[in-house]
Amino acid sequence: MSTATAAPAQRAADVVDLTGQSALARLEAESIHIIREVVAEFDRPAMLFSGGKDSVVMLHLAAKAFWPGKIPFPVVHIDTGHNFEEVLDFRDRTVERLGLKLVVGSVQELIDSGELAERADGTRNPLQTVPLLRTIAQHRFDAVFGGARRDEDRARAKERILSLRDEFGQWDPRSQRPELWNLYNGRHRPGQHVRAFPISNWTELDVWRYIAAEEIELPPLYYAHEREVFHRDGMIRAVGPHSLPTPEEPTEQLRVRYRTVGDMSCTGAVLSDAADNAAVLREVAAATITERGATRADDRLSEAAMEDRKKDGYF
Amino acid sequence: MTATLFRLATAGSVDDGKSTLVGRLLHDAQAILSDQLDAVARSSKDRGFGEDGAELDLALLTDGLRAEREQGITIDVAYRYFATDRRSFVLADCPGHVQYTRNTVTGTSTADAVVLLVDVRHGVVEQTRRHLAVAHLLRVEHVIIAVNKIDAVDHREEPFRQVEADVARIAAELGADSSGVSGACAPIVIPVSALRGDNVVAPSANTPWYEGEALLPILEQLPDADHARRRTEPLRLPVQTVIRPHSEFRGYAGQIVSGSLAAGDEVLIQPGGHRTAVTAVHRTALQARAAAEQGGASLRAEAPESVVVELAGQFDVARGHLLAACEAPATERDELTLALAWLGDGALTPGARVLVKHGTQTVKGLVEEITDRLDLATLTGQPTRELVLNDIGTVTLRLAGALSVDDYATAKRTGAVLLIDPDSGDTLAAGMVRLPVFEESEDQDDDAAWLAG
Repeated sequence: MSTATAAPAQRAADVVDLTGQSALARLEAESIHIIREVVAEFDRPAMLFSGGKDSVVMLHLAAKAFWPGKIPFPVVHIDTGHNFEEVLDFRDRTVERLGLKLVVGSVQELIDSGELAERADGTRNPLQTVPLLRTIAQHRFDAVFGGARRDEDRARAKERILSLRDEFGQWDPRSQRPELWNLYNGRHRPGQHVRAFPISNWTELDVWRYIAAEEIELPPLYYAHEREVFHRDGMIRAVGPHSLPTPEEPTEQLRVRYRTVGDMSCTGAVLSDAADNAAVLREVAAATITERGATRADDRLSEAAMEDRKKDGYF
Repeated sequence: MTATLFRLATAGSVDDGKSTLVGRLLHDAQAILSDQLDAVARSSKDRGFGEDGAELDLALLTDGLRAEREQGITIDVAYRYFATDRRSFVLADCPGHVQYTRNTVTGTSTADAVVLLVDVRHGVVEQTRRHLAVAHLLRVEHVIIAVNKIDAVDHREEPFRQVEADVARIAAELGADSSGVSGACAPIVIPVSALRGDNVVAPSANTPWYEGEALLPILEQLPDADHARRRTEPLRLPVQTVIRPHSEFRGYAGQIVSGSLAAGDEVLIQPGGHRTAVTAVHRTALQARAAAEQGGASLRAEAPESVVVELAGQFDVARGHLLAACEAPATERDELTLALAWLGDGALTPGARVLVKHGTQTVKGLVEEITDRLDLATLTGQPTRELVLNDIGTVTLRLAGALSVDDYATAKRTGAVLLIDPDSGDTLAAGMVRLPVFEESEDQDDDAAWLAG
């Protein structure tokens, strides 16, 4: 009978202990199907790869989709200039290991050339849209894979698996194409492109279960480690070159890990002792706060921050 | 215990309280985390929700777009995820506004079950009939009618029974189609209050006259019949792409949409019907493990696995081909009769040129005839010259090339097509292939008005 009314913490152990991998296997099969469809129907696909867990899983699925062949498209990283060193190292090692071509779009370059202005709050995540759209146009990519999941945000919950973007990269939630069965319509006109989200239907817990089941390597930031941090806006922020405390913000050594590893200037850590996949799985299953709620400052900008950014061309 | 993935869609008219029900389901199933709840509590308070501001406007959990929150309606499908001990759910929360029926078709096309809301104060309305017709047309396995706002009629039994009787009558009328295939199971009807939580997660003491279970336990227990059946259906594997890393390896990649496959099997390559042997099936370790846990023969890859297949001999196999069971191949047709849910803004008229997407193949098509259009009042097919937005009808198409199809009533995935506008690229319609029951009668013009019964 239903035990859905049990508290999340009580349920956590059960969720992790489920031995059945049927749901995960269906998600994997669906994702591989989507990746192959896009590659088969588009001329110049590319995949966003930041070194974050969702894009790592997506890339892992792409490798499976074309095994024993190689992944037949380049990966794109939009570098805010405020990334964690560990993540950039991981990105470069992964690209090398899989023999991929890496295309980097740089926020810093556009700031240096005066084409983008630094925001007053120092957050660079919303600035990624400009280099993203420019990179897509320069390389004439007609389909761009993203690792966004629908469970991340209310606006992302509205996203189709294949999402048509206009000449300006804009998303119009009111006029999305119906998406029927597993028949994905990727028709587009010159100048338009399609965003494809092969792990739309995965949750944070699914991603971690998959990482554990497949023994996928991630940047070390995702596991508990000692770090010098300070507190700001209710979040634990790492001390780093792009994330400096003010004199009123005392620093301390804490044992933390990251649930998302975006831009250092807007990503917070969580207190954690979870040092391996099994421990992280238990922690995620028992979490009482979403990963974005816990760690992303940019989503707090307004009630519809993600929707507004997506309409502008953000993922 | 094995966790399964169950896909659920909701539908209903505007103001039936659908977003509130979804919010209630997620909230009471403990699928809402505290920061999301805090955000909803803040917004609810700003909006003066509840007399003392203490109550939550649960619709805010799901209505994520600015316009939705401003207008208090759901514009587009939102996908939600929650899990209980028994099941992981993917919930497609579909809009009720008549203008957005296309999104209801979107959410319903992949659903194992549909939860259709009816406001007990208004009873069955045209939108209810439309959504029941769509669910039937798309052959959704399970239909649940949540008779909402039961608290607004003082939890009385009589208005609920009226809805129950009306729904049963409509289902019977829809179910009696001429294909001879019985329609969806009889709907399950539940009295609920999304606002108060009656019969959503646990049985309510306010409705002692209702002997059934609450919504969530029912959803947890509905048989996953579609997936069970898929494994026993004849093999269908649309080839997505050819993988050729070097001259020694030529693999055909695709997702098995029905049946199973193993090295040594004989298969047909359609269209054309060349017979060949499977020399190797490459599966992912995860999918192979999962199939073994499900009690599947661990050596056979089965639906819905994504695989790479090697075949004996030199055949020209490419994207668009179908690997099928020799003893039960798909039907190759260059003329199709389709039951159609028309989703385009313009009208469909005979002579229209469209693209027809089926599996991994897209061919040009010409609309030869529009046979009928479903009249929602009488649930019968009426002669028509055109189909307009939200119409359901029957259409005959001539194709520029043969497609290997199955009847949608017996094989959803190889019986489904999209109609696409060749100029704009827009998706125009959801089409469900309707094959004559007996191939011999193919030449007789006898497949009219199947919805009419």
